[in-house]
Amino acid sequence: MRELRAITEGVRTVFEASGYGEVATPALEYEAVLARGDASAAEPAYRLFDETGNVLVLRSDMTIPIARVVAARYPHAEPPLRFCYFAHHYRSVRTGRGQAREELQAGVELVGAPAPEGTAEALTVLCRSLDAAGLEGYRVGLGDAALYPALLDGFGIGHEARRQLVHELVTRDFVGLEREVAALGLGPEAAALLLRIPQLRGGPAVLDVPAGPVADAVEGLRRVYAQLEPAVADRVIFDLGLSRPLGYYTGEVFEVYDQALGSPIGGGGRYDDLLGRFGRALPAVGWALNVERLHIALVGERGR
Amino acid sequence: MTQRLTIAVPRGALFADTLTALDGLGIDTSEVRANHRKLLFEDVGIVTMRPSDVPTYVEAGAADLGFTGKDVLMEQAERDVYELLDLGYGRCLMVLATVAGDDPAQEALRRLGVMRIATKYPRIAARHFERTGRQAEIVEVKGSVELAPLTGLVEGIVDLMATGTTLRENGLVVREEISVATARLIANPVAHKLKAEAIDDVVARLRAR
Repeated sequence: MRELRAITEGVRTVFEASGYGEVATPALEYEAVLARGDASAAEPAYRLFDETGNVLVLRSDMTIPIARVVAARYPHAEPPLRFCYFAHHYRSVRTGRGQAREELQAGVELVGAPAPEGTAEALTVLCRSLDAAGLEGYRVGLGDAALYPALLDGFGIGHEARRQLVHELVTRDFVGLEREVAALGLGPEAAALLLRIPQLRGGPAVLDVPAGPVADAVEGLRRVYAQLEPAVADRVIFDLGLSRPLGYYTGEVFEVYDQALGSPIGGGGRYDDLLGRFGRALPAVGWALNVERLHIALVGERGR
Repeated sequence: MTQRLTIAVPRGALFADTLTALDGLGIDTSEVRANHRKLLFEDVGIVTMRPSDVPTYVEAGAADLGFTGKDVLMEQAERDVYELLDLGYGRCLMVLATVAGDDPAQEALRRLGVMRIATKYPRIAARHFERTGRQAEIVEVKGSVELAPLTGLVEGIVDLMATGTTLRENGLVVREEISVATARLIANPVAHKLKAEAIDDVVARLRAR
Protein backbone atom coordinates (compact mmCIF):
# COMPACT_ATOMS: atom_id res chain seq x y z
CA MET A 1 0.00 0.00 0.00
CA ARG A 2 2.88 2.40 0.72
CA GLU A 3 3.94 2.45 -2.93
CA LEU A 4 0.34 2.86 -4.14
CA ARG A 5 -0.14 5.66 -1.64
CA ALA A 6 2.96 7.46 -2.96
CA ILE A 7 1.47 7.33 -6.47
CA THR A 8 -1.94 8.65 -5.45
CA GLU A 9 -0.44 11.36 -3.24
CA GLY A 10 1.75 12.57 -6.12
CA VAL A 11 -1.22 12.62 -8.46
CA ARG A 12 -3.42 14.32 -5.84
CA THR A 13 -0.90 17.16 -5.50
CA VAL A 14 -1.18 17.82 -9.25
CA PHE A 15 -5.00 17.67 -9.13
CA GLU A 16 -5.10 20.21 -6.30
CA ALA A 17 -2.54 22.53 -7.88
CA SER A 18 -4.57 22.45 -11.13
CA GLY A 19 -7.79 23.43 -9.33
CA TYR A 20 -9.61 20.08 -9.45
CA GLY A 21 -11.92 19.40 -6.50
CA GLU A 22 -12.29 15.81 -5.30
CA VAL A 23 -15.74 14.22 -5.52
CA ALA A 24 -17.04 10.85 -4.33
CA THR A 25 -20.05 9.03 -5.72
CA PRO A 26 -21.61 5.77 -4.53
CA ALA A 27 -20.27 2.49 -5.91
CA LEU A 28 -23.90 1.41 -6.39
CA GLU A 29 -25.92 3.18 -9.07
CA TYR A 30 -29.36 2.60 -10.58
CA GLU A 31 -28.92 0.70 -13.81
CA ALA A 32 -31.38 2.98 -15.57
CA VAL A 33 -29.21 6.02 -14.76
CA LEU A 34 -26.02 4.52 -16.21
CA ALA A 35 -27.90 3.33 -19.29
CA ARG A 36 -28.99 6.93 -19.96
CA GLY A 37 -25.31 7.79 -20.35
CA ASP A 38 -24.23 4.96 -22.60
CA ALA A 39 -25.81 1.71 -23.74
CA SER A 40 -22.55 -0.20 -23.24
CA ALA A 41 -22.34 1.03 -19.63
CA ALA A 42 -25.70 -0.69 -19.25
CA GLU A 43 -23.83 -4.00 -19.56
CA PRO A 44 -22.21 -3.90 -16.12
CA ALA A 45 -20.47 -6.93 -14.69
CA TYR A 46 -22.43 -6.94 -11.43
CA ARG A 47 -26.17 -6.40 -10.99
CA LEU A 48 -28.23 -6.62 -7.82
CA PHE A 49 -31.68 -5.71 -6.53
CA ASP A 50 -32.57 -3.31 -3.75
CA GLU A 51 -35.34 -3.97 -1.20
CA THR A 52 -38.03 -2.58 -3.54
CA GLY A 53 -36.94 -4.45 -6.64
CA ASN A 54 -34.94 -1.71 -8.39
CA VAL A 55 -31.94 -2.94 -10.37
CA LEU A 56 -28.65 -1.62 -8.99
CA VAL A 57 -25.25 -2.04 -10.57
CA LEU A 58 -21.70 -1.69 -9.37
CA ARG A 59 -20.27 1.21 -11.39
CA SER A 60 -17.98 0.22 -14.25
CA ASP A 61 -16.91 3.80 -14.98
CA MET A 62 -16.80 7.15 -13.10
CA THR A 63 -17.62 9.53 -15.95
CA ILE A 64 -21.36 8.82 -16.08
CA PRO A 65 -21.85 9.07 -12.27
CA ILE A 66 -20.04 12.43 -12.32
CA ALA A 67 -22.17 13.62 -15.24
CA ARG A 68 -25.19 12.82 -13.08
CA VAL A 69 -23.69 14.74 -10.13
CA VAL A 70 -23.01 17.81 -12.29
CA ALA A 71 -26.60 17.95 -13.51
CA ALA A 72 -28.13 17.25 -10.10
CA ARG A 73 -25.90 19.28 -7.77
CA TYR A 74 -24.36 22.00 -9.92
CA PRO A 75 -27.26 23.02 -12.19
CA HIS A 76 -26.31 26.71 -12.16
CA ALA A 77 -22.58 26.78 -11.29
CA GLU A 78 -20.51 28.84 -13.70
CA PRO A 79 -18.40 26.60 -15.97
CA PRO A 80 -15.76 25.37 -16.30
CA LEU A 81 -16.13 22.89 -13.43
CA ARG A 82 -13.14 20.80 -12.43
CA PHE A 83 -13.60 17.45 -10.67
CA CYS A 84 -11.18 14.74 -9.70
CA TYR A 85 -11.62 11.36 -8.04
CA PHE A 86 -9.84 8.34 -6.63
CA ALA A 87 -12.40 5.57 -6.85
CA HIS A 88 -12.84 1.87 -7.41
CA HIS A 89 -14.76 0.58 -10.37
CA TYR A 90 -15.87 -2.94 -11.10
CA ARG A 91 -15.53 -5.08 -14.17
CA SER A 92 -15.77 -8.65 -15.35
CA VAL A 93 -12.57 -10.67 -15.63
CA ARG A 94 -11.25 -13.56 -17.65
CA THR A 95 -10.51 -16.33 -15.19
CA GLY A 96 -6.91 -17.31 -14.60
CA ARG A 97 -5.56 -14.04 -16.00
CA GLY A 98 -4.71 -12.34 -12.71
CA GLN A 99 -7.22 -9.59 -13.41
CA ALA A 100 -8.85 -7.76 -10.52
CA ARG A 101 -12.61 -7.33 -10.41
CA GLU A 102 -12.10 -4.12 -8.44
CA GLU A 103 -9.73 -1.51 -9.87
CA LEU A 104 -8.62 1.83 -8.44
CA GLN A 105 -8.88 4.72 -10.86
CA ALA A 106 -7.51 8.23 -10.51
CA GLY A 107 -9.08 10.66 -12.92
CA VAL A 108 -10.42 14.08 -13.76
CA GLU A 109 -13.48 15.47 -15.51
CA LEU A 110 -13.30 19.00 -16.94
CA VAL A 111 -16.85 20.20 -17.58
CA GLY A 112 -17.81 23.23 -19.65
CA ALA A 113 -14.45 23.62 -21.39
CA PRO A 114 -14.71 22.98 -25.14
CA ALA A 115 -11.93 21.87 -27.52
CA PRO A 116 -9.21 22.78 -28.11
CA GLU A 117 -8.45 24.51 -24.77
CA GLY A 118 -10.32 21.97 -22.61
CA THR A 119 -8.64 19.00 -24.30
CA ALA A 120 -5.22 20.63 -24.01
CA GLU A 121 -5.77 21.28 -20.30
CA ALA A 122 -6.86 17.68 -19.72
CA LEU A 123 -3.75 16.38 -21.53
CA THR A 124 -1.53 18.74 -19.55
CA VAL A 125 -2.93 17.59 -16.20
CA LEU A 126 -2.57 13.98 -17.41
CA CYS A 127 1.13 14.37 -18.22
CA ARG A 128 1.83 16.27 -14.99
CA SER A 129 0.10 13.50 -13.02
CA LEU A 130 2.22 10.81 -14.68
CA ASP A 131 5.35 12.90 -14.07
CA ALA A 132 4.37 13.29 -10.40
CA ALA A 133 3.88 9.53 -10.11
CA GLY A 134 7.45 9.13 -11.38
CA LEU A 135 6.73 7.41 -14.70
CA GLU A 136 9.41 8.28 -17.25
CA GLY A 137 8.96 6.54 -20.58
CA TYR A 138 5.23 7.06 -21.14
CA ARG A 139 3.59 8.32 -24.33
CA VAL A 140 0.04 9.55 -24.93
CA GLY A 141 -1.77 8.33 -28.05
CA LEU A 142 -4.10 11.04 -29.39
CA GLY A 143 -6.89 10.41 -31.89
CA ASP A 144 -10.46 11.43 -32.58
CA ALA A 145 -13.51 9.24 -32.04
CA ALA A 146 -15.40 11.10 -34.77
CA LEU A 147 -12.69 10.60 -37.41
CA TYR A 148 -13.49 7.15 -38.77
CA PRO A 149 -17.27 7.68 -38.61
CA ALA A 150 -16.76 10.88 -40.64
CA LEU A 151 -14.75 8.93 -43.20
CA LEU A 152 -17.50 6.30 -43.44
CA ASP A 153 -20.12 9.06 -43.84
CA GLY A 154 -17.99 10.68 -46.53
CA PHE A 155 -18.03 7.49 -48.61
CA GLY A 156 -21.74 6.91 -47.94
CA ILE A 157 -21.20 3.54 -46.26
CA GLY A 158 -24.54 1.96 -45.28
CA HIS A 159 -25.52 0.94 -41.77
CA GLU A 160 -24.80 -2.80 -41.97
CA ALA A 161 -21.39 -2.44 -43.68
CA ARG A 162 -20.50 0.31 -41.23
CA ARG A 163 -21.24 -1.90 -38.25
CA GLN A 164 -18.99 -4.58 -39.74
CA LEU A 165 -16.10 -2.17 -40.48
CA VAL A 166 -16.23 -0.64 -36.99
CA HIS A 167 -16.29 -4.16 -35.52
CA GLU A 168 -13.06 -5.07 -37.37
CA LEU A 169 -11.47 -1.83 -36.16
CA VAL A 170 -12.51 -2.26 -32.53
CA THR A 171 -11.29 -5.88 -32.51
CA ARG A 172 -7.99 -4.63 -34.01
CA ASP A 173 -8.34 -6.93 -37.04
CA PHE A 174 -6.79 -5.20 -40.05
CA VAL A 175 -6.96 -8.40 -42.10
CA GLY A 176 -10.72 -8.42 -41.51
CA LEU A 177 -10.92 -4.69 -42.27
CA GLU A 178 -9.15 -5.24 -45.60
CA ARG A 179 -11.58 -8.04 -46.46
CA GLU A 180 -14.66 -5.97 -45.56
CA VAL A 181 -13.41 -2.88 -47.40
CA ALA A 182 -12.72 -4.98 -50.51
CA ALA A 183 -16.26 -6.37 -50.29
CA LEU A 184 -17.70 -2.83 -50.51
CA GLY A 185 -16.52 -2.51 -54.13
CA LEU A 186 -15.39 1.12 -53.71
CA GLY A 187 -12.85 2.78 -55.98
CA PRO A 188 -9.19 2.00 -55.23
CA GLU A 189 -8.58 5.44 -53.71
CA ALA A 190 -11.51 5.28 -51.28
CA ALA A 191 -10.63 1.70 -50.31
CA ALA A 192 -7.01 2.67 -49.67
CA LEU A 193 -8.08 5.56 -47.40
CA LEU A 194 -10.49 3.40 -45.37
CA LEU A 195 -7.63 0.96 -44.77
CA ARG A 196 -4.72 3.33 -44.40
CA ILE A 197 -6.11 6.10 -42.20
CA PRO A 198 -6.85 3.94 -39.14
CA GLN A 199 -3.30 2.56 -39.31
CA LEU A 200 -1.64 5.98 -39.27
CA ARG A 201 0.17 6.76 -36.04
CA GLY A 202 3.29 8.72 -35.17
CA GLY A 203 4.44 12.37 -35.18
CA PRO A 204 2.58 15.44 -36.51
CA ALA A 205 3.37 14.33 -40.08
CA VAL A 206 0.55 11.79 -39.61
CA LEU A 207 -1.93 14.68 -39.87
CA ASP A 208 -0.94 15.37 -43.48
CA VAL A 209 -3.70 13.15 -44.85
CA PRO A 210 -5.95 14.01 -47.80
CA ALA A 211 -8.45 16.37 -46.14
CA GLY A 212 -11.88 15.32 -47.44
CA PRO A 213 -14.26 13.88 -44.84
CA VAL A 214 -11.67 13.75 -42.03
CA ALA A 215 -10.71 17.44 -42.39
CA ASP A 216 -12.63 18.55 -39.26
CA ALA A 217 -11.21 15.88 -36.99
CA VAL A 218 -7.64 16.42 -38.24
CA GLU A 219 -7.97 20.19 -37.87
CA GLY A 220 -9.27 19.63 -34.32
CA LEU A 221 -6.19 17.54 -33.48
CA ARG A 222 -3.91 20.24 -34.94
CA ARG A 223 -5.58 22.92 -32.78
CA VAL A 224 -5.19 20.85 -29.62
CA TYR A 225 -1.55 20.15 -30.45
CA ALA A 226 -0.87 23.85 -31.03
CA GLN A 227 -2.08 24.57 -27.47
CA LEU A 228 0.23 22.07 -25.77
CA GLU A 229 3.36 23.12 -23.93
CA PRO A 230 6.51 21.40 -25.33
CA ALA A 231 6.84 18.90 -22.43
CA VAL A 232 3.31 17.63 -23.15
CA ALA A 233 3.53 17.85 -26.95
CA ASP A 234 6.68 15.69 -26.86
CA ARG A 235 4.65 12.88 -25.25
CA VAL A 236 1.98 12.84 -27.95
CA ILE A 237 1.74 10.14 -30.61
CA PHE A 238 -1.04 10.89 -33.10
CA ASP A 239 -3.11 7.79 -33.74
CA LEU A 240 -5.86 8.15 -36.34
CA GLY A 241 -7.12 4.63 -35.60
CA LEU A 242 -7.50 5.09 -31.85
CA SER A 243 -10.83 3.81 -30.60
CA ARG A 244 -12.00 3.58 -26.99
CA PRO A 245 -14.36 0.91 -25.71
CA LEU A 246 -17.04 3.31 -24.40
CA GLY A 247 -19.53 4.77 -26.86
CA TYR A 248 -20.04 8.27 -25.43
CA TYR A 249 -16.86 9.88 -26.82
CA THR A 250 -17.50 12.59 -29.40
CA GLY A 251 -14.12 14.13 -30.25
CA GLU A 252 -10.50 13.77 -29.22
CA VAL A 253 -9.67 10.53 -27.40
CA PHE A 254 -6.41 9.50 -25.79
CA GLU A 255 -4.65 6.53 -24.26
CA VAL A 256 -1.49 6.22 -22.11
CA TYR A 257 1.24 3.73 -23.04
CA ASP A 258 4.50 2.72 -21.46
CA GLN A 259 7.15 0.33 -22.76
CA ALA A 260 7.10 -1.49 -19.41
CA LEU A 261 3.48 -2.64 -19.81
CA GLY A 262 1.79 -4.55 -22.64
CA SER A 263 -1.57 -2.80 -22.26
CA PRO A 264 -2.67 0.85 -21.84
CA ILE A 265 -2.38 2.42 -18.38
CA GLY A 266 -5.40 4.65 -18.85
CA GLY A 267 -7.18 6.93 -21.23
CA GLY A 268 -10.08 9.24 -21.85
CA GLY A 269 -11.51 11.77 -24.24
CA ARG A 270 -14.17 14.34 -25.04
CA TYR A 271 -17.83 13.61 -24.36
CA ASP A 272 -19.64 16.73 -25.50
CA ASP A 273 -23.11 15.12 -25.68
CA LEU A 274 -23.17 13.15 -22.44
CA LEU A 275 -24.12 15.83 -19.90
CA GLY A 276 -27.10 16.93 -21.99
CA ARG A 277 -28.65 13.52 -21.36
CA PHE A 278 -28.67 14.35 -17.65
CA GLY A 279 -30.14 17.82 -18.11
CA ARG A 280 -27.16 20.16 -18.32
CA ALA A 281 -25.76 20.38 -21.84
CA LEU A 282 -22.07 21.24 -21.47
CA PRO A 283 -19.03 20.09 -23.44
CA ALA A 284 -16.66 18.02 -21.32
CA VAL A 285 -13.45 16.02 -21.36
CA GLY A 286 -11.99 13.57 -18.87
CA TRP A 287 -9.59 10.73 -18.33
CA ALA A 288 -8.77 8.01 -15.83
CA LEU A 289 -5.55 6.24 -14.94
CA ASN A 290 -5.60 2.72 -13.62
CA VAL A 291 -3.51 3.13 -10.45
CA GLU A 292 -2.57 -0.54 -10.13
CA ARG A 293 -1.38 -0.71 -13.75
CA LEU A 294 0.54 2.53 -13.27
CA HIS A 295 2.20 0.85 -10.30
CA ILE A 296 3.17 -2.18 -12.42
CA ALA A 297 4.63 0.11 -15.10
CA LEU A 298 6.64 2.03 -12.49
CA VAL A 299 8.08 -1.16 -11.05
CA GLY A 300 8.82 -2.37 -14.60
CA GLU A 301 10.59 0.87 -15.54
CA ARG A 302 12.74 0.82 -12.42
CA GLY A 303 13.66 -2.82 -12.98
CA ARG A 304 15.28 -2.02 -16.31
CA MET B 1 13.50 5.40 -28.29
CA THR B 2 14.65 1.93 -29.30
CA GLN B 3 12.77 0.32 -32.15
CA ARG B 4 14.19 -3.15 -31.67
CA LEU B 5 11.50 -5.81 -32.04
CA THR B 6 11.03 -9.10 -30.23
CA ILE B 7 9.28 -11.63 -32.46
CA ALA B 8 7.38 -14.74 -31.33
CA VAL B 9 7.91 -17.65 -33.73
CA PRO B 10 5.83 -20.85 -33.53
CA ARG B 11 7.59 -24.18 -33.61
CA GLY B 12 5.44 -26.66 -35.53
CA ALA B 13 3.74 -26.57 -38.92
CA LEU B 14 4.39 -22.85 -39.51
CA PHE B 15 8.03 -22.94 -38.35
CA ALA B 16 9.85 -23.36 -41.69
CA ASP B 17 7.80 -20.83 -43.67
CA THR B 18 8.02 -18.33 -40.82
CA LEU B 19 11.82 -18.57 -40.71
CA THR B 20 11.91 -18.08 -44.49
CA ALA B 21 9.78 -14.95 -44.09
CA LEU B 22 12.16 -13.71 -41.36
CA ASP B 23 15.16 -14.37 -43.65
CA GLY B 24 13.45 -12.10 -46.16
CA LEU B 25 13.46 -9.35 -43.51
CA GLY B 26 17.21 -9.71 -43.18
CA ILE B 27 17.03 -11.44 -39.80
CA ASP B 28 19.68 -14.12 -39.37
CA THR B 29 17.75 -17.30 -38.51
CA SER B 30 20.63 -19.76 -38.91
CA GLU B 31 21.02 -20.32 -35.17
CA VAL B 32 17.26 -20.84 -34.78
CA ARG B 33 17.34 -23.44 -37.56
CA ALA B 34 20.36 -25.20 -36.08
CA ASN B 35 19.26 -25.34 -32.47
CA HIS B 36 16.07 -27.27 -31.73
CA ARG B 37 16.20 -27.12 -27.94
CA LYS B 38 17.04 -23.48 -27.40
CA LEU B 39 13.98 -21.23 -27.07
CA LEU B 40 15.29 -17.69 -26.73
CA PHE B 41 17.55 -16.11 -29.37
CA GLU B 42 18.22 -12.68 -27.91
CA ASP B 43 20.78 -11.57 -30.51
CA VAL B 44 18.22 -11.65 -33.32
CA GLY B 45 15.14 -10.86 -31.18
CA ILE B 46 13.42 -14.21 -31.71
CA VAL B 47 11.56 -16.32 -29.14
CA THR B 48 10.28 -19.74 -30.21
CA MET B 49 7.29 -21.45 -28.63
CA ARG B 50 4.30 -23.70 -29.09
CA PRO B 51 1.97 -22.14 -31.74
CA SER B 52 -0.99 -21.65 -29.39
CA ASP B 53 1.22 -19.72 -26.94
CA VAL B 54 2.08 -16.99 -29.46
CA PRO B 55 -0.99 -14.78 -28.74
CA THR B 56 -0.30 -15.11 -25.00
CA TYR B 57 3.22 -13.70 -25.29
CA VAL B 58 2.20 -10.99 -27.74
CA GLU B 59 -0.83 -9.84 -25.71
CA ALA B 60 1.31 -9.49 -22.58
CA GLY B 61 4.00 -7.59 -24.45
CA ALA B 62 6.66 -10.27 -23.85
CA ALA B 63 6.94 -10.21 -27.67
CA ASP B 64 6.11 -7.21 -29.89
CA LEU B 65 5.16 -9.22 -32.96
CA GLY B 66 4.11 -12.82 -33.47
CA PHE B 67 3.44 -15.33 -36.23
CA THR B 68 0.47 -17.59 -35.61
CA GLY B 69 -2.38 -19.39 -37.36
CA LYS B 70 -5.85 -17.92 -37.82
CA ASP B 71 -7.15 -21.09 -36.13
CA VAL B 72 -5.27 -20.13 -32.94
CA LEU B 73 -6.58 -16.55 -33.12
CA MET B 74 -10.15 -17.74 -33.62
CA GLU B 75 -9.88 -20.10 -30.67
CA GLN B 76 -8.44 -17.30 -28.48
CA ALA B 77 -10.68 -14.52 -29.80
CA GLU B 78 -10.54 -12.59 -26.51
CA ARG B 79 -6.81 -11.84 -26.88
CA ASP B 80 -6.17 -8.12 -27.22
CA VAL B 81 -3.72 -8.12 -30.15
CA TYR B 82 -3.61 -6.44 -33.56
CA GLU B 83 -4.02 -8.74 -36.54
CA LEU B 84 -1.90 -6.99 -39.13
CA LEU B 85 -1.39 -9.25 -42.11
CA ASP B 86 -2.57 -12.46 -43.74
CA LEU B 87 0.73 -14.14 -44.65
CA GLY B 88 -0.94 -16.67 -46.95
CA TYR B 89 1.16 -19.69 -46.01
CA GLY B 90 0.22 -22.56 -43.72
CA ARG B 91 -3.17 -22.87 -45.36
CA CYS B 92 -5.43 -25.35 -43.55
CA LEU B 93 -9.12 -26.14 -43.34
CA MET B 94 -11.08 -26.45 -40.12
CA VAL B 95 -13.40 -29.38 -40.80
CA LEU B 96 -16.04 -31.58 -39.24
CA ALA B 97 -15.10 -35.22 -39.93
CA THR B 98 -16.58 -38.61 -39.05
CA VAL B 99 -15.88 -42.23 -39.96
CA ALA B 100 -16.67 -43.07 -43.60
CA GLY B 101 -19.98 -44.60 -44.64
CA ASP B 102 -23.29 -43.49 -43.07
CA ASP B 103 -22.72 -40.25 -41.12
CA PRO B 104 -22.83 -41.26 -37.42
CA ALA B 105 -23.02 -37.62 -36.28
CA GLN B 106 -26.15 -37.05 -38.38
CA GLU B 107 -27.55 -40.31 -37.10
CA ALA B 108 -26.94 -39.29 -33.46
CA LEU B 109 -28.47 -35.89 -34.04
CA ARG B 110 -31.57 -37.43 -35.65
CA ARG B 111 -32.15 -40.16 -33.07
CA LEU B 112 -30.74 -38.64 -29.86
CA GLY B 113 -30.98 -34.90 -30.55
CA VAL B 114 -27.33 -34.37 -29.71
CA MET B 115 -23.99 -35.42 -31.15
CA ARG B 116 -20.65 -35.80 -29.39
CA ILE B 117 -17.72 -34.00 -30.99
CA ALA B 118 -14.04 -34.27 -29.99
CA THR B 119 -11.74 -31.34 -30.71
CA LYS B 120 -8.69 -29.31 -29.66
CA TYR B 121 -10.69 -26.21 -30.65
CA PRO B 122 -13.70 -26.23 -28.28
CA ARG B 123 -14.68 -22.60 -28.93
CA ILE B 124 -14.54 -22.81 -32.73
CA ALA B 125 -16.52 -26.06 -32.61
CA ALA B 126 -19.13 -24.75 -30.16
CA ARG B 127 -19.61 -21.57 -32.21
CA HIS B 128 -20.03 -23.58 -35.42
CA PHE B 129 -22.76 -25.78 -33.98
CA GLU B 130 -24.50 -22.84 -32.31
CA ARG B 131 -24.50 -20.95 -35.60
CA THR B 132 -25.95 -23.91 -37.46
CA GLY B 133 -28.52 -24.59 -34.73
CA ARG B 134 -27.39 -28.07 -33.72
CA GLN B 135 -26.91 -29.52 -30.26
CA ALA B 136 -23.40 -30.88 -29.70
CA GLU B 137 -21.49 -32.08 -26.67
CA ILE B 138 -17.92 -30.82 -27.08
CA VAL B 139 -15.27 -33.20 -25.76
CA GLU B 140 -11.91 -31.47 -25.45
CA VAL B 141 -8.88 -33.69 -26.11
CA LYS B 142 -5.22 -32.75 -26.13
CA GLY B 143 -3.68 -35.48 -28.29
CA SER B 144 -4.57 -37.18 -31.58
CA VAL B 145 -8.21 -36.27 -32.16
CA GLU B 146 -8.60 -38.97 -34.86
CA LEU B 147 -8.61 -41.64 -32.18
CA ALA B 148 -11.80 -40.37 -30.52
CA PRO B 149 -14.41 -41.44 -33.14
CA LEU B 150 -12.63 -44.79 -33.73
CA THR B 151 -13.04 -45.81 -30.11
CA GLY B 152 -16.66 -44.71 -29.77
CA LEU B 153 -15.82 -41.74 -27.53
CA VAL B 154 -17.58 -39.41 -29.98
CA GLU B 155 -19.43 -39.45 -33.30
CA GLY B 156 -17.35 -36.75 -34.98
CA ILE B 157 -14.36 -34.46 -34.70
CA VAL B 158 -13.61 -30.82 -35.47
CA ASP B 159 -9.98 -30.45 -36.44
CA LEU B 160 -7.50 -28.66 -38.64
CA MET B 161 -6.69 -30.44 -41.90
CA ALA B 162 -3.69 -29.63 -44.09
CA THR B 163 -3.60 -32.43 -46.68
CA GLY B 164 -6.20 -34.85 -45.35
CA THR B 165 -3.73 -37.74 -45.16
CA THR B 166 -4.13 -38.32 -41.41
CA LEU B 167 -7.92 -38.37 -41.71
CA ARG B 168 -7.81 -40.80 -44.64
CA GLU B 169 -5.37 -43.14 -42.93
CA ASN B 170 -7.77 -43.37 -39.99
CA GLY B 171 -10.81 -44.02 -42.17
CA LEU B 172 -12.35 -40.59 -41.57
CA VAL B 173 -14.06 -38.36 -44.15
CA VAL B 174 -14.76 -34.61 -44.21
CA ARG B 175 -18.46 -33.80 -43.73
CA GLU B 176 -18.32 -30.02 -43.48
CA GLU B 177 -15.76 -27.28 -44.06
CA ILE B 178 -15.96 -24.72 -41.23
CA SER B 179 -13.31 -22.16 -42.10
CA VAL B 180 -9.95 -21.57 -43.78
CA ALA B 181 -6.91 -20.75 -41.65
CA THR B 182 -3.64 -19.21 -42.83
CA ALA B 183 -0.67 -17.73 -40.96
CA ARG B 184 -1.14 -14.22 -39.56
CA LEU B 185 1.18 -11.52 -38.28
CA ILE B 186 -0.02 -10.13 -34.93
CA ALA B 187 1.21 -7.24 -32.77
CA ASN B 188 0.98 -6.12 -29.17
CA PRO B 189 -1.31 -3.07 -28.93
CA VAL B 190 1.22 -0.93 -27.02
CA ALA B 191 4.18 -1.92 -29.22
CA HIS B 192 1.98 -1.10 -32.23
CA LYS B 193 1.99 2.54 -31.03
CA LEU B 194 5.45 2.87 -29.49
CA LYS B 195 7.33 0.98 -32.22
CA ALA B 196 5.09 2.05 -35.10
CA GLU B 197 7.90 2.69 -37.58
CA ALA B 198 9.64 -0.66 -37.09
CA ILE B 199 6.35 -2.57 -37.18
CA ASP B 200 5.07 -0.78 -40.31
CA ASP B 201 8.40 -1.57 -41.97
CA VAL B 202 8.03 -5.29 -41.21
CA VAL B 203 4.43 -5.29 -42.47
CA ALA B 204 5.37 -3.49 -45.70
CA ARG B 205 8.25 -5.87 -46.42
CA LEU B 206 6.22 -9.00 -45.63
CA ARG B 207 3.40 -7.71 -47.82
CA ALA B 208 5.83 -7.11 -50.70
CA ARG B 209 7.25 -10.65 -50.50
